[in-house]
Amino acid sequence: MSDLALRVNPLLCDAHGLCAELVPELIELDEWGYPIIDDAPVPHGLESHARRAVAACPTLALLLERRKAAPAAKAQARRSRA
Amino acid sequence: MSATQTSIAPAQPRLLSGLRRDGQPVRLAAHVDRYGLLPLELRPEEIRDRIAESGLTGRGGARFPTAAKLDSVLRSRTRPIVVANGVEAEPPSGKDKVLLAYAPHLVLDGAVLAARAVGAKKAMIATTATVHAAVAAAIKERRSDGGVSLSTTVLPDRFVAGEETAVVQFLNGGPALPTFTPPRPYERGVDGAPTVILNVETLAHLALVARFGGAWFRSVGTPEEPGSALVTVSGAVRTPGVHEIELGSPFAHLLQQSGADPQAQAYLVGGYFGTWIDAAHAQSALLSDADLAQYGASLGARAIVVLPAGACGIVETARVARYLAEQSARQCGPCVHGLAAIADSLEQLVHRTRKPPDAGLLRRRLSQVANRGACRHPDGAVAFVASALRVFSTELDRHLHGHRCTGHGRPVLPLP
Repeated sequence: MSDLALRVNPLLCDAHGLCAELVPELIELDEWGYPIIDDAPVPHGLESHARRAVAACPTLALLLERRKAAPAAKAQARRSRA
Repeated sequence: MSATQTSIAPAQPRLLSGLRRDGQPVRLAAHVDRYGLLPLELRPEEIRDRIAESGLTGRGGARFPTAAKLDSVLRSRTRPIVVANGVEAEPPSGKDKVLLAYAPHLVLDGAVLAARAVGAKKAMIATTATVHAAVAAAIKERRSDGGVSLSTTVLPDRFVAGEETAVVQFLNGGPALPTFTPPRPYERGVDGAPTVILNVETLAHLALVARFGGAWFRSVGTPEEPGSALVTVSGAVRTPGVHEIELGSPFAHLLQQSGADPQAQAYLVGGYFGTWIDAAHAQSALLSDADLAQYGASLGARAIVVLPAGACGIVETARVARYLAEQSARQCGPCVHGLAAIADSLEQLVHRTRKPPDAGLLRRRLSQVANRGACRHPDGAVAFVASALRVFSTELDRHLHGHRCTGHGRPVLPLP
């Protein structure tokens, strides 16, 4: 597993649907053509496909982001550093 | 102004006890008489310590710890800005308007103290048209706010305008619509400055915590959910309106206080992003998120609507589902299409349209929409509808099988 995850900016997404064609393993489309994205970490084997989907999105709505630690975990980390 | 240095910490109710009976706002002198002077002698860290000790959480619905919100802007090199969110766009809720219209100085004190706690020089009060004049008049009355300048801005009265990124975008000259995050307002908000947005009721509590301390605040409520909270009660009640409750107090007590119909069949708890609860459960329920969790509910926006025996919960839910679909900011596909389709599905159930109702399709749509918008509007709407299908399963079956709807009488859930 990578520490990357796909996310869509729903304000930009126009339901072109290319992403679901490029990584059907992680993205399916709803009945209106908008992507439903698995927010689990992208498996290493699919990383290049995910990058291709990000690059192919006509509205630049698809993002491949480093997964953030949960806020509670971050607070914990801060406290233990202090 | 009276010479009282410190007045006595108010007993329950805390926020609403000083209201005038003539419907006029509490003037500055009466406010100071009641609660004491604005404690400008407190250092920023003293204010923050008191808030942290109190355990105060956001009263807008999300329950985020207020102390953590204040801390979130401290590390920035840019001077932060404080925004008081009084954009209460939820039709069944009136608590924030009541505070701003009748006890504006509690909110303004809170805004000033929150600003001083984080080193902000500006506190902006975001309101809607109905209460703006009262807030502006109260700001004019004030003399010394310790170097914090107060201002007020009217936002459009639409459902999504109260979402915090919508408030920020509007104050920056844009439309009052939610934006994509990050950046969150505490990272980059009004004028690009880190921005603390607190609900106006949260600020009213903050004003009292700064004066009377965290232990005083915790003397009511539960250890996990300390303090009091404002709740708007409507529907089948003798005296609809805003009540101040102790968190963790019996639901039945509030129902009694507001003269709720004893034959009521269900309660909507938490407003239009909230949850229907069967009347049988409510008898033993407590007004805390911890207790309401067993019914899949939370206090949410703290608006409660009592559904009388004669009404149909499915019909009521369908009306509000259509309203929520229409109130979408129309920015995100899953919200625009999903909420409209869910409202269509419910109307097919209720009105016996040419298309036969399809409960499976409705349930699938409900499960697909959450977490897919820029804001929480679609999530709240589907949670509300899903709870109706659970609680009104008998009515749902009747509608599905084409039986006559048992509902009668006037609509109960308020719409603008």
